[in-house]
Amino acid sequence: MVGRKKVSGKIIVLIILIIGTIWAGFPIFWMIDNSFKPNAEIFAKPPIWFSKSFNFEAYAKIFQNPTEIRFFLNSYLVTACVVVLTLVIGLLAAYSFSRFDFPGKKVINTIIVAVQAVPPITLLIPYLSLIVAIKLYNTLFALILTYLVTTLPYCILMMTGYFNTIPKSLDEAVKIDGGSTWTALWKILVPTAVPGMVSVGMYTFMNAWNEYLFALALTKTNDMRTVPVGINLLMGQHAYEWNQMMAMSVLGSLPVLVLFLIFQKYFIAGMTAGAVKN
Amino acid sequence: MSNTRFKWDKKGRRRIGISYAYLAPTLILMVILLMVPIIMVIRYSFFDNVIVNKNPVFVGLQNYKTVLTDKKFWEAVGHTLYFVIVSIIAHMIIGMAFALVLNTRYLSSTTKGIFRVLFALPWMFTASVIAILWRMLLDPNGVLNFFIQALHLSKQQVLFLASRDVALRSVTLINIWSGYPFYMISILAGLQGVSTDIYEASALDGANSVQTFLHVTIPSIKPILISLIMLDFVWTLQQFALIWMTTGGGPVNATETVSTYIYKYAFTKYQYSIASTGAVILLIVCTIIGIFYVKRQIAEE
Repeated sequence: MVGRKKVSGKIIVLIILIIGTIWAGFPIFWMIDNSFKPNAEIFAKPPIWFSKSFNFEAYAKIFQNPTEIRFFLNSYLVTACVVVLTLVIGLLAAYSFSRFDFPGKKVINTIIVAVQAVPPITLLIPYLSLIVAIKLYNTLFALILTYLVTTLPYCILMMTGYFNTIPKSLDEAVKIDGGSTWTALWKILVPTAVPGMVSVGMYTFMNAWNEYLFALALTKTNDMRTVPVGINLLMGQHAYEWNQMMAMSVLGSLPVLVLFLIFQKYFIAGMTAGAVKN
Repeated sequence: MSNTRFKWDKKGRRRIGISYAYLAPTLILMVILLMVPIIMVIRYSFFDNVIVNKNPVFVGLQNYKTVLTDKKFWEAVGHTLYFVIVSIIAHMIIGMAFALVLNTRYLSSTTKGIFRVLFALPWMFTASVIAILWRMLLDPNGVLNFFIQALHLSKQQVLFLASRDVALRSVTLINIWSGYPFYMISILAGLQGVSTDIYEASALDGANSVQTFLHVTIPSIKPILISLIMLDFVWTLQQFALIWMTTGGGPVNATETVSTYIYKYAFTKYQYSIASTGAVILLIVCTIIGIFYVKRQIAEE
């Protein structure tokens, strides 16, 4: 009886693993596979799983196209700035929340939690006139600034939680040695909180790299477009050259995928923190 | 934290000053890029022809009347609700199934690790990649249609994104694919936090696996499940990119959601007042859910 139950349990697990592999893996396999095919083979019937004319032509075309290279440079630049600024500004705020008591603390904290529910599209309409008014329309700076609003709250909440786990006696020691709160933050708290910073950094990187709505509406010319908007622009410009669009998609997804594979543990910790406490 | 009585002496004032100095960059950003825009958008919703017209006229609740009596708005609300509710239910079922499988004792930890990465992958892609990938998969001549015809499920090509009858379901399917890993990973983290003692006690009581699941597993991860549903509700409600890049709200408004409705009014019809009104209504709904979420988070602390 027990033996049979175990066998049926194993079979169910196996079936779910197979279905899951097809469900999650097939679209991704098809994307990569098609990026190495000639365009004519993509909608062939029956489908060609492994093309005899496997080649890197689609990738070569992208690397030869200065517009598309520019999308990547823009994305890297915006993402790097957003990650660094989010961490620096977020750490300062988290330090304040974790180590000080001040009037208005509860209210500000509640606002920061609630900000995460504000729909980006609600902010977009006033942003348009605001960004135009401060002459930042169609600049990467506009993207960096507006992305901070969505990435900062998460960083502050995560890092406050992280700092709270670090005993206060450590920064008291700095004070006894005559150090300021500034030294305590950078010499004691920040080095101890590196794992938390890596998680937050990953999550911020993913969100900034993948952002679409603000990038679409706040930039106008090709030299200011980021990868997510650029990929969609290709759809029109290349008149359905699917192999190139798939190659661009693969290249556009690589930075996040590589980070995910290397820093899986941190990535998952950052991803689940919103729903899972401790 | 009791409502601290702050020492307003010199030292106390200095400490409060320092704490605000550390918060200053955040506060400045939040005021300029959050408070001000929200006030602006609320103000826009009470005026006529904002942004386009230099001297807009105050019209009171006229825009709200226009939006709330617009048949297309309510259609968009209906599509959004379908999209959100079906996505949440499917995310929950798929995420739970995968998490349970990845938590069984039948698999070695290496196997679990590999499948955890594989199953989490869809979460990593940006909306435009997901949109283009699925447009290729769901193309009338695409690979999915090939299988449908090879298996004789339908005689004609299924126009997944171009037919009014199936487009909303197709878009929802794409959203399900891209969103379930968040549930899977969170539930898995929750399951790993449940102590094995409870399971052993339940097994001693002679409970079968279904009973254990319903009476032990679910209650112990209930807080996570509720948080997940609330977060997903807010996120899916705001989903714009995926719909915009697969169907653009079409064909003939069949996949128009509140987000695409607002976006179209703002950026293709340049009627910013109507768009702002829609945006404020969406903000109110999200804020209500947000308040519940904040209350829960604070209660847990």
